[in-house]
Amino acid sequence: MFMRPRLRFVPDGTRIRFMRGRFLGIAVSAVLSTLSVILFFYPGLNLGIDFAGGIVMEVRTQGPADLARVREGLAQQGLRAAGVQRFGAADDVLIRLEAQPTAQATQAVVNRVRAGLDQVQPGSRVLRTDAVGPSVSAELYRNGMLALGISLLMILVYIWFRFEWQFAVGAVATLLLDITKTVGFLAVTRFEFDLVMVAAILTVLGYSTNDKVVVYDRVRENLRKFKSMPLRDLIDLSINETLNRTLGTSATVFLAALPLALFGGTTLSGFAWVMLFGIVVGTSSSIFIAAPILLFLGEHRLRREAQAPARPKPAKAAP
Amino acid sequence: MLYFSRFKTALILGACVLGVLLSLPNLIGPVAGGLPWRTIRLGLDLRGGSYLLMEVDMGAVIKERLEGLADGARRALERAAIRPYTLAIQAADHRLLVKPGNPAQQEPALAALRTLQTTEGQGLGARPDLDITATPDGIAVGLSAAALIERANQAVQQSIEIVRRRIDETGVVDPIITRQGQDRIVVQLPGIEDPDRIKQLLGKTARMTFQLVDANADPSAPVPPPGVEFLPLADKPGQKIAVRKRVEVDGANLTDARAGQNPQTGEWVVNFTFDSLGTRRFADVTRANTGHPFAIVLDNKVISAPVIREPITGGRGQISGSFTAASATDLAVLLRAGALPAPLTVVEERSVGPELGADAIRAGAISLGVGFVFVIVFMGAFYGLFGWIANLALVFNLFLMLAILSLLQATLTLPGMAGILLTLGMAVDANILINERIREEVKNGRTPLNAMETGFRRAYATIVDSNMTAFLAHVMLFIFGSGPVRGFAVTITVGIVTTLFTATMVARLLMVRWYAATRPAALPV
Repeated sequence: MFMRPRLRFVPDGTRIRFMRGRFLGIAVSAVLSTLSVILFFYPGLNLGIDFAGGIVMEVRTQGPADLARVREGLAQQGLRAAGVQRFGAADDVLIRLEAQPTAQATQAVVNRVRAGLDQVQPGSRVLRTDAVGPSVSAELYRNGMLALGISLLMILVYIWFRFEWQFAVGAVATLLLDITKTVGFLAVTRFEFDLVMVAAILTVLGYSTNDKVVVYDRVRENLRKFKSMPLRDLIDLSINETLNRTLGTSATVFLAALPLALFGGTTLSGFAWVMLFGIVVGTSSSIFIAAPILLFLGEHRLRREAQAPARPKPAKAAP
Repeated sequence: MLYFSRFKTALILGACVLGVLLSLPNLIGPVAGGLPWRTIRLGLDLRGGSYLLMEVDMGAVIKERLEGLADGARRALERAAIRPYTLAIQAADHRLLVKPGNPAQQEPALAALRTLQTTEGQGLGARPDLDITATPDGIAVGLSAAALIERANQAVQQSIEIVRRRIDETGVVDPIITRQGQDRIVVQLPGIEDPDRIKQLLGKTARMTFQLVDANADPSAPVPPPGVEFLPLADKPGQKIAVRKRVEVDGANLTDARAGQNPQTGEWVVNFTFDSLGTRRFADVTRANTGHPFAIVLDNKVISAPVIREPITGGRGQISGSFTAASATDLAVLLRAGALPAPLTVVEERSVGPELGADAIRAGAISLGVGFVFVIVFMGAFYGLFGWIANLALVFNLFLMLAILSLLQATLTLPGMAGILLTLGMAVDANILINERIREEVKNGRTPLNAMETGFRRAYATIVDSNMTAFLAHVMLFIFGSGPVRGFAVTITVGIVTTLFTATMVARLLMVRWYAATRPAALPV
C-alpha cells in the first residue's frame, strides 16, 4: 500500500488543446483584471492600520460587553470611534479610531480611550493596541509598494537572464494580471490591506512565477527536442506534460494554506484566503495566460532561433 | 547523479543529525547546561509585549545647538568689543545671522566669530563644524552638514543609552532597544501589555536645572527683562514665576536620586546627591544667595522654589513639591538615568497581551499540524514510496529550518508561522518535479536506473529556477518589510534554502539507497 501511487490527477499522455482556449482565457482574464482595477479605485481597498494609520484596540470587558456604553464612554472623552464592534467572544470588543494628524495626537487618543473605558466598563483590559502615526503609515505603504515593484523587476531580470526575453515579458505580464486580480479579491472581500497582505501578494507572486518557470522550462526543452513542431502544438505538449506536476504542487500548497484559512485566527486567515485565491489564479494563469502570451510573442522568433544552429542556447546549470 | 561518495553520504546524514540536535532545545527546553544552545525567539505578537517606535526630535537638537552657539557668539563679540550688533537664530536654515551695527566692524566680527569654529573628526576627514560666510544680510554662521549629521548621531546614541537606563530601572526583563534609520529608536518590551508607565517615563526629557529666582521681576509683565524667563509652576497651573536664565547647577551633576518620605510631615520627596563638581557649585551658589529663593526647574516647569536658609555644602539636597509615592519614584528614576538630549515621540505602538499571543500560538500550531498531515497524506497517496521518502525529507526539512532559525536567533512571529506552513507546501514541489520526471523517463522506455538518473538531472535545473524567483521576492520583503512581516520573509527564505538541500540531497540519497538495496525491475512511479 505504501509502494505504489494510489491516485493521479490526469492520466498520462493527455493531449488537451489548451491553446484553442487562448483567446477566451486572455479575454476572461482581461475582463476580471479590468474589473479589479475599477474596484481598486471604487470602492477601493480596506486599508489596514499599517497603511492608513490610526488606532485599533482590542478590549476584554468583565462580563458581556455593552457596546452602547463603550461608545458613550468614548464620546465622553470627546472621541468618535470609527468602529466599535464585538469581536469573537461576547466580552471582546474591537475599537477603531481614525488616523490622527500627528503622532502626539495618536498617543493622546490611546490614553483617552483607556480612560473612557475605565469609566464605563470598569475592570476591562486592553488586550491589544495598535497605534500607527501618520509618518510611519506613509512610510510602511511606500516600503510595501517598493517591495512589490522591485520583486517584479527582479523576477523579470532573472527570467530574462535564464530564458529569452519573450518568456520574461510573458511571465511578468501574467504576474501583473495575477496581482490585479488579487487586489480585486481584496477589494471584494474587504479583507484589510496591510503589510501581512503585501507578504501574501509577494508569496502569490513567488508561487505563480514558480509555476510559470516550470512550464516555460519544459517549453524551452521541447523547443530543442522537436525542431519542426509548430510552437502552438509545442506549447500544448509542454503544458500537458507538466499538468500532473502543476496540479500536484497547487494541491500541496493549497492543502498547506487551507487549515490556516480555517483555524489561523484573524491575522492569518485573511492572509491564507488570499493565498488560496492566488494559488487558483496563479495555476490557471500559467496555462491560459502565460502560455498564450508566449505563443503571441514567440510565434516566429522562438521557432527561428531554435532552428538556427548558429545560436546555441546557454546550457543548463549542471548540478 | 546517482553516485554518492561515502564522504558525501556522511556529510548529508551529519547535516540532518545536526539539524535535529540543534532544533531540539526549541522543542524540549534547554538540553545540556554548559553548551551554547541557541533557540528561536518568540516575537512579541506571540509571547505578548509592547513594541514602541520612537522618534528623536531633531528640530529640538538643532535648536539647542544653535542657542548654545548664539551664547558663544555673544561672548566672542563682546570680547572683540563689537557693539552694537543684531543676532538672529534662523533654525530652519540651521544658522545664526550676525550683523554689526557699524559696517566698519564687519572684518573684526568675522574674525571673532571664526574663533568659535572647531573641527569634527580627525586627519583627512576633519572638517570645520561651522560654515562662516559674509552675506549681504550679515554674517551667516551655519552648522555644516557633517556637523549636523554628527550631532544627530550623538543625540540618537545618547537617547538610546538614556532610554535603556530608564527602562532598566523599571525592572522590565529583556528589553530590546535598537536604532532604526536616522532618527528612530525601537523599544521592544516583552511581557508588558500596557506600556503606559514606560511611555510616560520615556516621554519626559527630564532636564533638571537649578536656577535663581529673580524677586525683582514681575511675572505678569508682558515681556521678561533680559536674562530672565517666566516659567510656569508645576503644581499651580496658570501661575508663573520669574527665573534667571543662567543655569547655576545642572541635573547632569547628580550622582544619585531616591524617593523618600519626609519624617516630620510624611510628605513624599526626592533626595539627591551631587557629584564633586555639582557639590562645589551648589555650595558656592547657596553661600552667595542665602536668604533668597532658588528654583528647581524640570523640563521648563518649576517644581519647587524654596528659600535658601543656609549654605548647602554637603552636596545633598531634597526636592519637595506635592509628590505622590509614584511620582516621586518616577522622578527619582528619571534623575538617576539622566536627561534625554531631545524629546522622544512615540510614532508607532503595538502591544499584545499574553493571552492573545497564546491564542495565536495555538491557532498557528493547529494549522501547522493539520497542514502537515494533509501534505503528507497527499504525497503518500499520489507518489507512493517516493512520496513517503519525500515526506521523510520534509520532516528533516522542518528540523533544519528550526535549526537554522535557532542559529540565527531569528524571531518567530505569527506571519513567520504561516511562512513555515507555506514552506511545507512548497517544499514537496521539488519532489513532485523529480517524481514526475522519473515517471516520464520510465514511460519513454528507460531502465529504472537510467530513468532515475535522467529524472534527477532534468528536474534539478527546473527546481533551482523556480525556487530562485521566490527567493528573490522574499529577500525584497525582508529588506522593505518591517516587524512581524520580516519574520515571514526570514522563515520563507530559510525554508527555500533547506528545501533545496532536503529535496535534492536527502530525498535523492534515500531513493538511491533504496534502489541499491532492492534492485527492483520496475520503479514504483
